[in-house]
Amino acid sequence: MTTLRRPNYLLSVVAILVSVVVFLVPFAFILLTSFKDRTQAAELDFSWPRNFQFVDNLMAVIEARDYLLIIAFINSTILTVASVTIMVVLAAMVAWTLQRRSSRWNPLVNILVLSGLIMPPAVVPTIWVLQRIGLFRTMPGLIMVEVAFGLSFCILLFRAFIATIPRELDEAAIIDGASPLRLFFRVIFPLLRPVAITAILVQSVNVFNDFVNPLYFLPGEQNATVQLTLYNFYSQFNTQYNLLFTDILLVTIPPLIMFLFFNRQIVAGMTSGAVKG
Amino acid sequence: MVAAGARAAHRGSGPSSPYPHWFYAPAAVVFGVLFLVPTVLALYFSLTRWSIFSSEFIGFGNYAQFFQEPALVSGLWHTMVYAVVTSGLKVVLGMALAILLTSQIVARGYLRSVVFFPVLVSTIGVGLTFVVLMNPERGLINQALGAVGVDGPGWLTDPSYALLSVALVDVWKGVGLATLIYIAGIVSIPQEYFEAAKVDGASAWQNFKKIILPLARPATVTVVILSLIGGLRSFDLIWAMTRGGPGFTSDVIASVIYKQYQAGFYGLSTAGNVVLFVVVTAIVFPLWRFLNRKEVEM
Repeated sequence: MTTLRRPNYLLSVVAILVSVVVFLVPFAFILLTSFKDRTQAAELDFSWPRNFQFVDNLMAVIEARDYLLIIAFINSTILTVASVTIMVVLAAMVAWTLQRRSSRWNPLVNILVLSGLIMPPAVVPTIWVLQRIGLFRTMPGLIMVEVAFGLSFCILLFRAFIATIPRELDEAAIIDGASPLRLFFRVIFPLLRPVAITAILVQSVNVFNDFVNPLYFLPGEQNATVQLTLYNFYSQFNTQYNLLFTDILLVTIPPLIMFLFFNRQIVAGMTSGAVKG
Repeated sequence: MVAAGARAAHRGSGPSSPYPHWFYAPAAVVFGVLFLVPTVLALYFSLTRWSIFSSEFIGFGNYAQFFQEPALVSGLWHTMVYAVVTSGLKVVLGMALAILLTSQIVARGYLRSVVFFPVLVSTIGVGLTFVVLMNPERGLINQALGAVGVDGPGWLTDPSYALLSVALVDVWKGVGLATLIYIAGIVSIPQEYFEAAKVDGASAWQNFKKIILPLARPATVTVVILSLIGGLRSFDLIWAMTRGGPGFTSDVIASVIYKQYQAGFYGLSTAGNVVLFVVVTAIVFPLWRFLNRKEVEM
């Protein structure tokens, strides 16, 4: 554990080789297959493409079923941006009040937050409720569902961070005559930036990759999200593996970009429970 | 503002607080309508014969059916197996990888990234990729095994392997998160402990058993709880890879819920959902309490 020891080169080489075989080969396989033509892709082997036809594959995937993939990407983007924005603002408000004010509501709120994190949602009754309020099969309905299911994680993340903001700050703002809304949105919310970024990143990845909720709450061809389209492509392109893997590649690109730019913040958010428990 | 302040005063919680209770309201409405209400309704609807048009109270018929049909009962069993296998492997492999990645080796940054990246990738994408890699005749995994003289099984087509194969892919995708949680836990252990152990001439194994294992306990709690919750609710990976097949050999409660919903048996589907609540709550809540209490005692 001391830093002065020399690196263990043998162990390093073994670790790198194993990591390449276990973790990089599957991604290389996706990439290679998406470059192949239909016949070679059907061989399913790990080989260099004979004819590079990535552009053809890309066009075929995009044009399939009347540009459904484009619609799906637009839908997924709307879903992710809207639900994560609402989720983060509402969760920050709850976490703020929960952390700052101790009242008889606190135990109840804590239990609800915890149950939101642990309990699996009741699927068919949720559909029933959505039908009653006229939001079933609609994008706003799905957005609200994602908000409801994602709140708990964000509240816990925000609450831990708010505990580190000194109360003197609130008091100064209150003495200056700031209303609760002004205090929160003008003074406190900007201070939450680091943790808000973490929450936004983690939840964006979750919502963008979500398959179950769109499957239940937003069925129908034209409503498709990216993950649903990918799943349906599998049955459609069962014999065209080059197209299937081009689609998988496209779906992998947004998280890859997130990962390249925000690796540190994502890791911070996902491991936030590790030290305190 | 005035109205909110007045309401707060009316409830007897003092003059208008700078932290008004109505800050809970927007979140409470969304959470209440789309999570709490359905959860409570589920208890009622699980006792009904429920179709698109009507629901009729039938008592515990759905539960009786759920626990009598072998295909449904096996789903319950598979859920347990899946959750235990995935979280067990994530704890062991995550801990091992974290120790490796905090030790003196080169390319730590690369290794951390490469182990963590699958966590962010679409579950459906990972599932479909592994369906192809696990193809019994032409898939890369069995080709590679064949090259060293091993006859690989039909990972997803053999009823006795399908569930475990999906669980392995789940571990492949999720072990990065467990590893990072353990790394955070191990890094937070004060260096003095290791220095003192070195002075006492402790072996690497003693270091692990007496320092890392007990002091990384919060990390273990997090990994176990997170992967149990994920494992018990798991649906997308199983659905993408096997759809619960071959037969019903990789069906879990979540996929039973979806199948019954698709078939129009809403009451039965909801009964499955209630069974899932009970299973998750009965396993996770006591475990959480138990693991956290142990930590306080130390």
